[in-house]
Amino acid sequence: MAIKILIASPLRPYTGADEVEAAGDSLGALLDDLDARYPGIRFRMIDEQEHVRRHMRVFINGEPVKDLRHPVRAGDEVCIVQALSGG
Amino acid sequence: MAKARGKTPPKKKPKPPARRPKADGNLLLIATRKGAWLFRGDAARQQWRSDGPHFLGQIINHLVLDPRDGKTLLAAASTGHLGPTIFRSTDMGKSWQESPKPPAFKKQEGGRTVKHTFWLTPAHANEPNVWYAGTSPQGLFRSEDGGVTWREFSGLNDDPQYREWMGTEQDGTPDGPKLHSIIIDPRDPKHLYFAMSGGGVHETLDGGKHWKPLIEGMEVVGGFDPKTVTFHDPHCVRLCPSNPDRLYQQNHCGIYRLDRPAKVWQRIGKAMPARIGDVGFPMVVHPRDDETAWVLPMDGQTVWPRTSIDGEPAIYGTSNGGKSWKRQDQGLPKAQAWWTVKRQAFASDRGAPVGLYFGTTSGELWASRSEGKSWSCIARHLPEIYAVETAQI
Repeated sequence: MAIKILIASPLRPYTGADEVEAAGDSLGALLDDLDARYPGIRFRMIDEQEHVRRHMRVFINGEPVKDLRHPVRAGDEVCIVQALSGG
Repeated sequence: MAKARGKTPPKKKPKPPARRPKADGNLLLIATRKGAWLFRGDAARQQWRSDGPHFLGQIINHLVLDPRDGKTLLAAASTGHLGPTIFRSTDMGKSWQESPKPPAFKKQEGGRTVKHTFWLTPAHANEPNVWYAGTSPQGLFRSEDGGVTWREFSGLNDDPQYREWMGTEQDGTPDGPKLHSIIIDPRDPKHLYFAMSGGGVHETLDGGKHWKPLIEGMEVVGGFDPKTVTFHDPHCVRLCPSNPDRLYQQNHCGIYRLDRPAKVWQRIGKAMPARIGDVGFPMVVHPRDDETAWVLPMDGQTVWPRTSIDGEPAIYGTSNGGKSWKRQDQGLPKAQAWWTVKRQAFASDRGAPVGLYFGTTSGELWASRSEGKSWSCIARHLPEIYAVETAQI
């Protein structure tokens, strides 16, 4: 079950594209598969305690999601973005 | 955690480093808030060629070349948004590979997260491919494959006593509490030191099985108890390559020297001119003379500006172990230069005379080929400089 994922610009050096595909039935599984395809990408957005990093955000169908157990289904829109912060 | 046992090892002559091809060039490794640069110098250290930026936009806290093989470069990286990682190059930065397993705490209830790797130290000359890393918040990590993968080192990161001494995130620097100044005794790979801001200086004699604080003689901010390890804020600790029993330290509260096996730091900063004081961040030692060291004093009055005193930057050097200090400012601006130099941003080379290099948070890179007697600016307009290291290639 391939799901389209929109990639935030700081993560595009990993994917080489702003939209990629990965498979999984939960957000965590989806990100595991994303990391298998683009090694290193997961740890830069999810910390070692399995939390979305402070300045990163994940939206599924427009809703913010922090729980990696959140289910995903075919047709869902997953969007990884960076929070509005910096300097 | 039990306290370290045994005595400080007796003095032995340091083993020479592994034999490498003769070096004919000098390299400065510059880590900044917005990327990394390499500056390649000629043998005379007069001409410097900039190579960079590498990792433009990424926060590089430390960039270090392995002196044992002369080719492995490690960069501690993060960004404003992304988590921390380690990049590795074996072709002098032509290409970089990301660590598949950078420093990270174990997953557990209430577990911590590494915000960034702050410090990188190649291990003992007889332990090729071994590196140590210090993180923010305070954590100690080790790699045994040249920086490719990392794991927590010893039980320190989860030790209840050490966790108490590490304090909270509010007990560290404005950019987070840090473990830094990881030092390996060149006579014994199991004899290590490290420092924490905050959390004091610590030592192991058995390769990390046991650690003990080494804070006696160090002062803390007025009104606090110096016996409380948490209150100690060593900014930079250096071991003298020519005498591994001698340590120097620039602390939040003064400049110190420690001659092992003694355990009481001596505040040698008391000999600094009263107008200058002995507050600062970095400290550098001479590679061949344990009586010679340099500091970059900064303003520690009232709200701690942490800038050159009166806007007149100067290095202060000692050639007698801290009994006296001499101002060295020839070539530096004479007024209105409000510099801050971070704890990792002052380094020496092994030339004769020794070259000194420092980088400012305003992005200027300064060099002296005369052990501090005179200075010249070799780069301007860089991003905020976090760290300066030297190497011979």
